[in-house]
Amino acid sequence: MDYEADIMTKTETIPDPMQPRRFRINNVTWETPETFTHELIPIDKGPTFTFEPGQFNMIYLYGVGEIPISISGDPENSSRLFHTTRVVGSVTQRLQHLKPGDTLGIRGPYGKGWPVDEATGKDILIIAGGIGLAPLRPVIYRLLSHREQYGHITLLYGTRSPDKILYYEQLKKWISRFDMLDVKVTVDHASGNWRGHVGVVTRLLSKAMFEPENTAAFVCGPEIMMRFVAMDLKKHKVPENQVYLSMERNFKCGLGFCGHCQLGSYFICKDGPVFTYDTIKSYLSLKEV
Amino acid sequence: MENLEKILLGHPFFKNIEGDYLNLIVGCASNVRFEQDEIIFREGQEADQFYIIREGTVALDLQDPGSGKITIDTLTDGEILGWSWLVPPYYWRFDARATKMTRAISLDGKCLRNKCENDHDLGYELLKRFALIIDQRLQATRLQLLDVYGLRS
Repeated sequence: MDYEADIMTKTETIPDPMQPRRFRINNVTWETPETFTHELIPIDKGPTFTFEPGQFNMIYLYGVGEIPISISGDPENSSRLFHTTRVVGSVTQRLQHLKPGDTLGIRGPYGKGWPVDEATGKDILIIAGGIGLAPLRPVIYRLLSHREQYGHITLLYGTRSPDKILYYEQLKKWISRFDMLDVKVTVDHASGNWRGHVGVVTRLLSKAMFEPENTAAFVCGPEIMMRFVAMDLKKHKVPENQVYLSMERNFKCGLGFCGHCQLGSYFICKDGPVFTYDTIKSYLSLKEV
Repeated sequence: MENLEKILLGHPFFKNIEGDYLNLIVGCASNVRFEQDEIIFREGQEADQFYIIREGTVALDLQDPGSGKITIDTLTDGEILGWSWLVPPYYWRFDARATKMTRAISLDGKCLRNKCENDHDLGYELLKRFALIIDQRLQATRLQLLDVYGLRS
């Protein structure tokens, strides 16, 4: 085959990274009063959808707009794609009304996720706040499917109130698997019959078992919460380059071209969204970068 | 007494405390046990003790007319319950309720206050240790007040 023909063949098979792929909603699960999970199946007969924990997709609701949403499903199960979304803006307001059978456009997966492989042999601290549990759920699936490769695994999850707990049934199952991972849940405020922890998620750190020097901490939640968690991890002597935070900004292209998600010298969509704390800590307390 | 001394010495709150101080503190200490849902103290009552939780969970509740009980904090194994005994006018600000069977060491605040007045070095030592806990709780409360999980984020 001559060179030109070879190039033509390759060019024809490279998919356009800005071209959404069509997916059909197979199921909708309401996790909390304002958070839902879409289970999606590709409509075309294209390649299998694979992703790494911590990556995100751009979700295109036809005629309305496009938003970035973290992938919240099991990376080992490529037949289904899961996105957990909180209703906060104009696109999510419309997304919440979609039903099984409706279609969406998906671009992705994008970004660099959690360094699960690099953390082999270490104790793992997974610290999530609010909807921040969604991008961390694929990490938990991955760790549990390779459980023997890791030390002690702890999930610390904090949210606003008991009715805002994400993946409630799944958390109960994980709690029952205490030989696999240690799960602690806390809420900021509680009323009624709640018998669990009340207080901020950082308070749970002192109850977790980990060897600081040999620990990888994966943290996701509101930025202020992540700052407090990172500072507390430092107090517990976890090295800053072993603390990983998932950042969020105004993603548009997802490919590092448009610059909407720039944070200092980084494009979060391309260089992140997961960064080590020592890499980005100087940006975290700035009003604007 | 010897057993209490051992328990107190093994608690992070009393880590590296001088033996003489520990002897003074042990004299004000006793073992207590609370059943599930037992009220340990109520808002407005005189605060004459504090507790070192050995095992169990205690909820700090605020009664809100109209909406009922709101839990604002929970304390578990190894944590300290109560510092109102240290700060005038020595009244509890919240209700404390055992959410499961809880074993603790109760320390007589009145007894300790008197000992601290007589021995300011002991008073300073205890105050330094309580200041750390008050600081941790203050930082946690600030984070709670920020309501970081609210819909604005």
